[in-house]
Amino acid sequence: MLPEKIKLDIVTPDRPILSESVDEVQIPGKEGYLGVLPGHAPLISELTIGEISYRQGVHTSYLAVTWGFAEVLPDKVTILAERAEKAEEIDLQRALSSKARAEKRLAQVNDTDIDFQRAQLSLQRAVIRIQVAKHMGVGA
Amino acid sequence: MGRWRARRSGVKRTAMANVLDIRRRIRSVKNTQQITKAMKMVSAARLRRAQERILSARPYANHMLAVLNSLVTRVKLNRDEETAGQLHPLLAERGDQKIELVIITGDRGLCGSFNSNILKEAQQFLGERKEKTLNLEVVGRKARDFFKRRSWKIHHEYVNIFSRLHYEHAKDIAHSVIEEYGQSELDAVYLLYNEFKSVIQQRIVVERLLPIARLEHSDEYTRIDYLYEQTPEVIFNDLLPKHVEVQIYRALLESAAAEQAARMTAMDAATNNAAEMIDTLTLNMNRARQASITKEIIEIVSGAAAL
Repeated sequence: MLPEKIKLDIVTPDRPILSESVDEVQIPGKEGYLGVLPGHAPLISELTIGEISYRQGVHTSYLAVTWGFAEVLPDKVTILAERAEKAEEIDLQRALSSKARAEKRLAQVNDTDIDFQRAQLSLQRAVIRIQVAKHMGVGA
Repeated sequence: MGRWRARRSGVKRTAMANVLDIRRRIRSVKNTQQITKAMKMVSAARLRRAQERILSARPYANHMLAVLNSLVTRVKLNRDEETAGQLHPLLAERGDQKIELVIITGDRGLCGSFNSNILKEAQQFLGERKEKTLNLEVVGRKARDFFKRRSWKIHHEYVNIFSRLHYEHAKDIAHSVIEEYGQSELDAVYLLYNEFKSVIQQRIVVERLLPIARLEHSDEYTRIDYLYEQTPEVIFNDLLPKHVEVQIYRALLESAAAEQAARMTAMDAATNNAAEMIDTLTLNMNRARQASITKEIIEIVSGAAAL
């Protein structure tokens, strides 16, 4: 018999972020997004910078994560993320300004530089944050 | 008559001055007591927060270890050490000729023997390995000052991180350690820190950080047959450095909590000592005052008798 719900736990080194019972989870796997429904086969995957979404009934919530990995069990999903932010916690203004900053830096340095990679990563993070924060705007 | 009066007032002045002196000292001790009491209160609040942080960091560390453990069986890591070394440089045993020691102390004093104990331990550790190549990496101002004064060469120093301790700090330290280790300049990395045992007890811990000791695998995890999005080896390789980060982060948190606990205990003792001192001084003062009054009465009586 399949479980009806998934227990979703998201933990970071600083604190546990979330522990909820949900109907569906989407996680940003390294090789593309994964959708997880109750009864999924056990799986371990690395995550990239991306967006986690989970559905409870008709309501969907979003989080932004940077590097982490996920352990999926039929009735349980555990996500270890270096950093995770709920949509409502994101400071949109800050994300916008860091996006602008990263873009500016990308325009300046050449692409072999370590700074280039760093700027690229921070651009990715900013873009995801903005995307997640926008969901919040639509939902509200 | 003139001379007598002069002498009398002289005697009186010293007696009074004595009382005034003591009173002044009492006032200064009281001020100190207020400061130590305030510091104790601040430390108590910080300790509570530090303890909460340790607790909230635990789930991450536990999950990390659990996944690592389940991978260990997967990657069939559990063989002899040579093959383990081929699998990942962080697992390679290379002997112990070049050693790095990461010492974690506090940034501030006034916390009893917290800093001195760990520095003593560090010196002993280094003394036992005199003939080897030793690298130092220090966290906290106390350790830096200590080894600078003894003209040690310090590879990296991290000062003033405890006021706003963050995971990023652990990441920085881990990166620099792993980088140096990866360039195969180091054979082993040890971590020396105070572990928070209880409010009145800290334990000094020496841990080998690298190479990572053989990971235990528990039976619970071997039963689950996971699918892997990436190959287990890839995940494993990405996970090991994170494991080092988590270890360092935990040590930093432990040390931060232990420091606050040590300071709280030290300041509590100081406050009590001040109270005791005030009592003694008050007693002395009363005695001195009584003595001067008695003396005065005797003088008056004997003066009257002389008439």
